[in-house]
Amino acid sequence: MRNTLAIAWKETKSYFGSPMAYVIGAVFLALTGYFFVSSISRPFAEATIRGWLLPATFFFVFWAPALTMRLFAEEQKLGTLELLLTAPVHDWEVVLGKFLASVAILVGTLSLTLYYVLLLFWFGDPDVGPLLSGYLGLLLYGSASLAIGLFASSLTSNQIVAAVVGSGLLLLMTLADQAAQIVGGIASRVLEQISLTAHFADFARGVIDTHNVVYYILVTVFVLFLTERNLDSRRWR
Amino acid sequence: MAVGAADQVMVEVQNLTKYYGNFMAIEDVSFTVRRGDILGFLGPNGSGKTTTMRIATGYLPPTSGTVRIAGYDIQTQSLEARRRIGYLPETVPLYTDMTVEDYLEFMGTLRGMPKQRLRQRINEVIDIVKIHEYRSTHIGKLSKGYRQRTGLAQAILHEPEVLILDEPTIGIDPIQVVETRQLIRELGKEHTIILSTHILPEVSMVCNRVVIIHEGRVVAEDTPANLAERLKGTERIELEVRGPAREVMPLLRSLRGVMDVRRLGEGEPGTYIVESRRGADLREQIAQAIVSKGWGLLKLNPASISLEEIFLRLTVQEEEGG
Repeated sequence: MRNTLAIAWKETKSYFGSPMAYVIGAVFLALTGYFFVSSISRPFAEATIRGWLLPATFFFVFWAPALTMRLFAEEQKLGTLELLLTAPVHDWEVVLGKFLASVAILVGTLSLTLYYVLLLFWFGDPDVGPLLSGYLGLLLYGSASLAIGLFASSLTSNQIVAAVVGSGLLLLMTLADQAAQIVGGIASRVLEQISLTAHFADFARGVIDTHNVVYYILVTVFVLFLTERNLDSRRWR
Repeated sequence: MAVGAADQVMVEVQNLTKYYGNFMAIEDVSFTVRRGDILGFLGPNGSGKTTTMRIATGYLPPTSGTVRIAGYDIQTQSLEARRRIGYLPETVPLYTDMTVEDYLEFMGTLRGMPKQRLRQRINEVIDIVKIHEYRSTHIGKLSKGYRQRTGLAQAILHEPEVLILDEPTIGIDPIQVVETRQLIRELGKEHTIILSTHILPEVSMVCNRVVIIHEGRVVAEDTPANLAERLKGTERIELEVRGPAREVMPLLRSLRGVMDVRRLGEGEPGTYIVESRRGADLREQIAQAIVSKGWGLLKLNPASISLEEIFLRLTVQEEEGG
């Protein structure tokens, strides 16, 4: 655990040592802010965060890989991966440490959006339930996206390639429920279960369904496991 | 780890073979390094040095063969073995966005050093490699020589029993090369060191033992002084004998004029390399000895490449290094 935290801490510091954390936080706030304002500035608007929840999840398609692209790709480019993998550290500790650092940035960014919630309480009377479920959903959705981005980063030493591959994978997972409507039968059911978006609707409505929570956690754990396997497989090539 | 006997085997490399796909990088590489040795791993570029080091540090798995570090198998007891290794890869692995101090702290933490000890030790290694004035500088801004020192500081930080240095003097300026070698000799008093290089004089300056590797095979293992002696002129004969290796080796050694006998691989019939002084043609003598024992002599010919030929491909002059 100490190793995991050391790696997480190092990566988090590195985010703030470069413009990355600031740029990525600012862009997220700008986009969600736009959708937030446009959803509550209509007449008789509801005091909710629903207006920017769905756009935010779609935004993760690009946002998460941008955040994770350097985590492994840069290590490979600098040659430091050789050092990391020959240190007395388990591969999963490395993967988990890097993942936690990206989740820390996600949590930091999401906590900045609490400003919107403050505004809602100031000017209106929002339901607390959907707020909590919405944020839980974002955290789970974001974590799964970051795991996928991290996996993409472990595939290459080129950060741009890592970002593009990560976004591509996320786009497929996001649009899977759209595809489900086109194809029929069992394929449709499978695609719907895979889709990151389909499992989010309940959270946005204020419902926390264990089934959905488990889905995001499973995706995250499975993809992190794949990442660890991929690191290990480099030893067998 | 208790203080071991002076001749304790710290690194034991046995029959290492590594294929990348169909390409053979190293074949049947074996050698041992004892406590306090500075072993020079000498070979031309592309001879398999880096591959061997990467396997020995657990970064790559061998296709076959084993490596033991202080008795721990690098594959099956990987973490225990890795704890005892300080490693400086050929391309110095540095996080360019960190300061020297932060980098060392990170590496020390990963090696499981207690915080107090780590603080103290960082000051010590910064002292040892002489990078005081740059301790809070971002690594990206350091010159190549100072990066090399930072890499070395990282390798010795956790006081590993075994230091593995892959071409530690490559690409730095001549004055720093001299300093680095001085430093490695100093380190050799407390650590067991494997040092790879393609520069011949480096070995005689720094090492007390040499393994020469060529095209993925170990072609000689000796002290630098003996090697220089052999360089003056040796003849090498390769033979294949069907017979008990335990008896073949002593027999060959007992022949007049034979300087060294080595067995390649474990195969049966066994392949042997017999080394003799230049000009002494031992072929007839060897054939007679083997046939008289009733063993099968399957092959007998001058070895394909002599030590001299390999040396010619090494960098023999300082200026060409790097």
